Amino acid sequence: MKNMLTVSGSPHIHGDESTRKIMFGVVYAMIPAMLVSIYFFGLNAVRVLLLSAVACIFFEWVIQKFVLKGPLTINDGSALVTGVLLAFNVPSNLPSWMVIIGALVAIGIAKMSFGGLGKNVFNPALVARVFLLISFPVQMTTWPVPKILPGNLSDVITGATPLGMVKEGLRAGQTLPQIMPHLPSYMQELMGQMGGSMGEVSALAIILGGAYLLYKKIITWEIPVSILVTVFLFSGGLWLVNPLRYADPFFQLLTGGLMLGAFFMATDMVTSPMTRNGKLIFGVGIGFLTILIRVWGAYPEGVSFAILLMNAVVPLINRGFKPRRFGEKPGVVPAVK
Amino acid sequence: MGILKTFILGGVHPEEHKLSAGVAIRELPVPEQVVVPFGQNLGAPSKPVVKRGEKVKAGQLIAEASSFISANVHAPVSGTISKIDNVMDVSGYKRPCAVITVEGNEWEEEIDLSETLVTKEDYTAQEIIEKVKKAGIVGMGGATFPTHIKLMVPKGKKAEYLIINGVECEPYLTSDHRLMLEKGEEILVGIRLLMIALGVEKAMIGIENNKPDAIEYLTTLSKKYKGITVHALKVKYPQGGEKQLIKALTNREVPSGKLPVEVGCVVQNVGTAFAVYEAVQKNKPLIDRVVTVTGKAVKTPSNFKVRIGTPVRNLIEAAGGLPENTGMIINGGPMMGKALINPDVPIVKGSSGILILEDEFASRPIENPCIRCSKCTNVCPMGLEPYLLSRLARTKHYAEAEKENIMDCIECGSCQYTCPADIPLLDYLRLGKSKVGEIIRKRN
Repeated sequence: MKNMLTVSGSPHIHGDESTRKIMFGVVYAMIPAMLVSIYFFGLNAVRVLLLSAVACIFFEWVIQKFVLKGPLTINDGSALVTGVLLAFNVPSNLPSWMVIIGALVAIGIAKMSFGGLGKNVFNPALVARVFLLISFPVQMTTWPVPKILPGNLSDVITGATPLGMVKEGLRAGQTLPQIMPHLPSYMQELMGQMGGSMGEVSALAIILGGAYLLYKKIITWEIPVSILVTVFLFSGGLWLVNPLRYADPFFQLLTGGLMLGAFFMATDMVTSPMTRNGKLIFGVGIGFLTILIRVWGAYPEGVSFAILLMNAVVPLINRGFKPRRFGEKPGVVPAVK
Repeated sequence: MGILKTFILGGVHPEEHKLSAGVAIRELPVPEQVVVPFGQNLGAPSKPVVKRGEKVKAGQLIAEASSFISANVHAPVSGTISKIDNVMDVSGYKRPCAVITVEGNEWEEEIDLSETLVTKEDYTAQEIIEKVKKAGIVGMGGATFPTHIKLMVPKGKKAEYLIINGVECEPYLTSDHRLMLEKGEEILVGIRLLMIALGVEKAMIGIENNKPDAIEYLTTLSKKYKGITVHALKVKYPQGGEKQLIKALTNREVPSGKLPVEVGCVVQNVGTAFAVYEAVQKNKPLIDRVVTVTGKAVKTPSNFKVRIGTPVRNLIEAAGGLPENTGMIINGGPMMGKALINPDVPIVKGSSGILILEDEFASRPIENPCIRCSKCTNVCPMGLEPYLLSRLARTKHYAEAEKENIMDCIECGSCQYTCPADIPLLDYLRLGKSKVGEIIRKRN
């Protein structure tokens, strides 16, 4: 024994959770969607994924070493998560220099300028996506045609996303029953055989990853479930009112970035609320805003805007929605005799 | 066994490591000298009634309760008071203690040292409370609140259930488990006496499901005793917390800042029930207790029956000596126990275990930024937000911390145990609690 014993406050043991474990858990959960994007978009997907991840980690390192001159924490995996998510949110044919600009915006502006990990208000990958969308609208909305599955030589998929096609068609005065035959089937949408950002196309791959996150307790059910249920109910209500003008709820669930947003973007720990009720409200808000933008907004897709808007009110939600305190409901106690 | 009961809010599942669960209680030899602190209860330290040089018998009163919340202290051995002085106790501070040099083995005459079970029940509540008070019994689970005060139900309140805590949710500790297995009958008699003292008809013993032998044994025994039922509970820390145990067994929640009797419950530990048995039926004051000595590096993890005042070092020696790689010695369990400054401090009434942790546990990892994962909020058994409270305490926003119910924190450590960023949440919470407590005291 050494001469001195250590004295510190309890607890004296620690569970096996760590920031690094959580971040790499998210990376593992993204593997199915990564594989799907590589399958459909080929080497271009590999290029964007690697570039985005390396650029994010590099910018974090540069800023920590030369600007903040603080500890280097690129090993914690958080920059890697941002990098992969950013890649998931752009088309696979985006020029390399735009990917690098996106990484700089995500890490430099959305994350480090707020003080780094845990301090940012907005989801870094989404800030970068919206920045790119507004700055380079043409490149960000020119979607490559996914490689067609063998034996299924469908040629209906063009350069637009199903959501974009719906918006275009409605603007041209068509009704949904006229537009729908030109869109991919539900099965194709589920598998990812449609135009879209790299990581968002396959709902199935994302649900698989989401299930892993839930199993590993990295995320809880409240946010994804409340988003999906709200989208389903809200768009379902509209569809019942006028099926000629409003797309059906399954279409809304399976297209665009909804699944990716619900399982991977909105559940970002740093930028989502802390309590169960807060998370439910947050999810309902995202679902509601998403459909609002998709149906009445200028853009065909609204998930990223919806999440960023709700990110902004998270501090308010945290103030308003407290956990159920022990002792609030004492239960049945017989009266004193 | 059906669906096991447990509390609802929060909780964690640390690895159990009940290394000494199968080891029978062994009586530790009386040391050459004992150090008996006068402050062994949660309230005011007791007032010495003996002088230096005086001869005492085992079981003789050496310090009496000094105020309402206080408890008597007795000589755990026979011998001579060699010193009354400030000596370091388990708190790490020097506090008034009686140092007794052991001579012979003389006991107070009224103490019955036989092993015969006495099941006599014709006592009045007052008689039992008097005997408990005289025997200096305090909560044996570690809180050391004087037991006789808990037995006096405040005016206008009524106790309906006596809840007996056999949960032992702290990892490593097995002293209550062994006591239930080896002194089950005595514990049940003690529970009957506590029921009479409180005037309740129903007593519930809560035991976590990782002690099936104790559940089975006490269930069988309890059939002979009126009104006592045994309940298996799902393993979850901190189920041994008073409020959590009441919730698990009765589905009632003690309101913030209130006592369990508010919801008709009084909670006592199994060790306390045993001490009450000895005090009432055998006239034996609380001068010894069962202590687990454990740790992964300990050669023979053991459960000892130890006289109060025995140096911790003697227990460690009896369990195979202090391991080479010892980093910390904990008085209590790994979640809520206190780290000892050195192993020469004496065992007190509230010591349920001595846990030896290796070097690797004796350093803390670097604190990382909070990633707002909300795990601390999810595991808090009191429904608090530790991330917020620790930040408020750190930034000295005490008024806001009070509004956020910081005083409800039971210091179970679940938040810090879970935190992936290794933030010492409980350190900040304790700091905040002491500051807010100060402010509240000043206000009243």
